[in-house]
Amino acid sequence: MTLDGSAAEAGTARGTDAPSPARGRKASRRGDVRAGYAFLSPWLLGFVALTAFPMVASLYLAFTDYDLFRPPSWVGLENFVDLFHDPRFWASAKVTAIYVVVGTPIKLAAALAVAMLLNMKHRGQGAYRSIFYAPSLIGASVSIAIVWKAMFIDDGIVDRIAQFFGAEPGGWVGDPSKTMPMFVLLAVWTFGAPMVIFLAGLKQVPTELYEAAAVDGAGPVRKFFRITIPMLSPVLFFNLLLETIGAFQVFASAFIISGGTGGPADSTLFYTLYLYIKGFTQFDMGYASAMAWVLVVVVGVITAILFKTSNAWVHYSGDNR
Amino acid sequence: MTTPATTTQAPPGQVPGRAGALRAAARRRKGARSAGSHLLLIALTVVVLYPAVWMLSSALKPSSEIIGNVSLWSDRFSLDNFATALSGIGGVSFWTFFANSMILAVLSVVGVTLSASVSAYAFARISFPGRNVYFAIMIGTLLLPFHVVIIPQYIMFNELGLVNTFIPLLAGKFLAAEAFFVFLMVQFMRNLPRELDEAARIDGCGHARIFGSIMLPLMRPAIITSSIFAFIWSWNDFLGPLLYLKKPDMYPLPIALRLYVDQTSVSDYGAQMAMAVLALLPVMIFFILFQRYIVDGVATQGLKG
Repeated sequence: MTLDGSAAEAGTARGTDAPSPARGRKASRRGDVRAGYAFLSPWLLGFVALTAFPMVASLYLAFTDYDLFRPPSWVGLENFVDLFHDPRFWASAKVTAIYVVVGTPIKLAAALAVAMLLNMKHRGQGAYRSIFYAPSLIGASVSIAIVWKAMFIDDGIVDRIAQFFGAEPGGWVGDPSKTMPMFVLLAVWTFGAPMVIFLAGLKQVPTELYEAAAVDGAGPVRKFFRITIPMLSPVLFFNLLLETIGAFQVFASAFIISGGTGGPADSTLFYTLYLYIKGFTQFDMGYASAMAWVLVVVVGVITAILFKTSNAWVHYSGDNR
Repeated sequence: MTTPATTTQAPPGQVPGRAGALRAAARRRKGARSAGSHLLLIALTVVVLYPAVWMLSSALKPSSEIIGNVSLWSDRFSLDNFATALSGIGGVSFWTFFANSMILAVLSVVGVTLSASVSAYAFARISFPGRNVYFAIMIGTLLLPFHVVIIPQYIMFNELGLVNTFIPLLAGKFLAAEAFFVFLMVQFMRNLPRELDEAARIDGCGHARIFGSIMLPLMRPAIITSSIFAFIWSWNDFLGPLLYLKKPDMYPLPIALRLYVDQTSVSDYGAQMAMAVLALLPVMIFFILFQRYIVDGVATQGLKG
């Protein structure tokens, strides 16, 4: 939708530009090139200086030993070999993988469920939409991380409520088996952003489709799987892509809740947190660069898989653009 | 599924009555379902708002009543925690942190508005060879985990002697490095009628004129949306200032908050909560004032294009 659509649009846009008077065309073309680069220069400069060059540099650093003080020394694949044998690397990969694989689907399911609930034309729909969206704006902030920690700590409010329902006493913050549910709950609390996008998508589904299906005797389950999901698939794809990539990059909440350590027992050692610890507290910048590139490759492969499989399940209806 | 079955069972003469009853039943069912979903929405609202209400209540309570206490209400509500929070940390005033956050956020808004709108104009309205390639690259950076660049960026800014300045945090904003904003503005600009620039071109306007006097005024909604997000993201940013700002008097609020949590003991939860509330206050005010822009901005971002 977004990516393919805009590329296609860009193509047609150029087509519509072409038919201009033949005499002026050449001059204006040259002018357009100059103007194009002039207007593009902030982005172009930023891309070269802040993205392209650093990416190449970090690829080089990944094959070196570098501590910011002595010049980098080439070590070949050593960082990657070390990664492979580093239990904390695997711990951080596991924490992030579980968070992405478990947290993202739950968050998206919650977002879709609430969006469908809101789409039933309620009074106050706009107000609910705003209220449910609000946590998405602040969910990644330090303030909320502090609140979360205080709510889930020993004898805190969540512990008290859980005990009321018969759970063993004990805070979630200090229990390695409960820290992941705590982070997933934080992710689910911020279901509002994908929900708003789902809701906008639901509003574009023509009601005649549901009416026709009802006439044919389709129940709500059938309608959901045969109409809602296919019609919503471009939006679903967009949310899945963005939320997955976002889930890989959790940092502030993990840093605050674990006090920058990733503890207890490395159960909150998110990948980005370990990368930070390696690069900026241990100044093992070669190693951290290797980690960064592993992350890029993994996210790139997942993005590619999502795009490839999307051909099979994402339907673009012609008039949607 | 049930309707055809019941109508075939009904004797022909009674069909209207049956149908009427069925319709009434359906209406009642619909009413019940609507009431049920309303209750569900209200319950959901309580759950969603609970952490925020709990934060506010804890900020007003004495620290001793926060942990091990389920009640949101206290007879001893007071503003003492806020007074403690406002008194600052380690000799640096709260208002210094606040000012740092504000300077960073406002300059971010300026940088993003300028750089993203200018770059977006090139993508949306000027045709030149290579544009589509650049556009594809720009979209690619939208999906790139930014952690891959933080180490070399840090090394670069460190070599340039810019650690402990705001420049590393603002450079990306003035150079349109956050592709989200460029993308948002490109999408918006593409929906503006082309006849506008064509007419202006016939009148002899160059791109600078078209951009400045035609596009920019029409782009107000997109500029407002991106300004709001630029402000809030800068306000909440933690990793950037954590990397680049090492002097307490340069800290923005999130880093100050972390310092505060590290320095105060567990028994001082009240002041931590008060400071957490204060740090979120501008974001909440922004949200309440501009919620329509924010939520609609998010909604269209997923669909257009």
